[in-house]
Amino acid sequence: MATRGFGGRRPPRDTAGRIPPGQSATDGFPVLAATPTPYIPLDQWSFTLKVGPRTVATWNWEQFNALPRTQFTRDIHCVTKWTKLDTIWEGVSIDDLLKAAGLEPPTKFTLAHSYGGYSTNVPIDDLTGGKAMVALRYDGKPLEPDHGGPARLLVPHLYFWKSAKWVNGLQFTQRDEAGFWELRGYHMRGDPWKEERFAGD
Amino acid sequence: MTTNTSTPDLHPGRLQWQSAVITAIVPRTARIKSFFLRLPQPFDFLAGQHVDVRLSAEDGYQAQRSYSIASAPDASGEIELAIERLEDGEVSPFFHDIAVVGDEIELRGPIGGYFVWSIGDAGPIVLIGGGSGLVPLVSMIRHRANQRVNTPFVLLASARTWDDVLYRDELLQYAARQDGFQLVLTTTREGARRPGDFERRIDRQMIASMLACLSQTPRQCLVCGSNPFVEAASQALIAAAVNADVIRTERYG
Repeated sequence: MATRGFGGRRPPRDTAGRIPPGQSATDGFPVLAATPTPYIPLDQWSFTLKVGPRTVATWNWEQFNALPRTQFTRDIHCVTKWTKLDTIWEGVSIDDLLKAAGLEPPTKFTLAHSYGGYSTNVPIDDLTGGKAMVALRYDGKPLEPDHGGPARLLVPHLYFWKSAKWVNGLQFTQRDEAGFWELRGYHMRGDPWKEERFAGD
Repeated sequence: MTTNTSTPDLHPGRLQWQSAVITAIVPRTARIKSFFLRLPQPFDFLAGQHVDVRLSAEDGYQAQRSYSIASAPDASGEIELAIERLEDGEVSPFFHDIAVVGDEIELRGPIGGYFVWSIGDAGPIVLIGGGSGLVPLVSMIRHRANQRVNTPFVLLASARTWDDVLYRDELLQYAARQDGFQLVLTTTREGARRPGDFERRIDRQMIASMLACLSQTPRQCLVCGSNPFVEAASQALIAAAVNADVIRTERYG
């Protein structure tokens, strides 16, 4: 059903194929978060890899920064309807992280955990194979705290709530366990091209 | 609707789109109008939740936006959205310049279950809103008033001018009841009109003075507005020794 009198603003033809349904492109970089921004001193930062309750590996900031680096240029899509094209990131791929820990994925599911208590679930197949990283730098500079610094998960092919800000751990789980927003009605996977915004979409 | 009874009900049913009808349009400030929408399939919601609105062009192109519900949860089958006109916007100028009473608007909800207040949630509650960030907070304040509970609330509302304070007269009426709802205003582009009000951007001293209105530390702080506003307010709360765990934020972006 068309909305009376609504014409809409179309994206330019050269980028139209990169804007998922219901999204519109922004030049800015909006900030969304359910909690105040935590400011984590680098000498207190750490990242922990777990299988269930068991810690498999922990890195401090210095150790984490010594891991191999990967660069991504990707389009990102927020469930609040904005899309940002060609964002430039640098960090540690999940492939390299698992390699450094000497860990083969023991289950198909993970929960990412963050300073401030946020969490989100991501299937391991959406993290490995060059699809995701723990990002440390954005656009050539250290990641700003309100954009998730010192480190955020980056899973650019899923809605951006999956790219947990202030990430401090990745935990393998036996089942697909809902995280912070997924417990509140958001979709368990969140593919923007299928418009998986909310449970049942 | 897809329901699988063998899985735990983590998610209430699928959010269905419905065609709501605009029953009234009320200007609130120079840049904000309220749109009252009758829902063919009314839903229960919590004060603070929002809906997604979807506009469709003749050729099938669609645009979606999220808007907070300004009305309190009730049985009327209508909701109120207060929409600010953004000059470079795609959807808000449609609402302000084209939409009329009787038009059908597709929407679905309720959405968001964190930036909410229920009457069972104990106070004191601190609410801080900038500009149209007041909308979800007003839903909470109306809910408190309708349900006649006396949970201590203090609202700090920031706007450019006295006339830009969204729902100003209604908020002043609630404050006049002296039933535990306190109102502090700050206007950033003109002078304060009431004793105890401020005339500058939000800062630590202002937040500390607002917290001093309360006899106890807040149990919950809900902060809504632009990202710089929310950052300033929430960091000022933390500087005033409020635990970050009790601060919930909603940022317009």
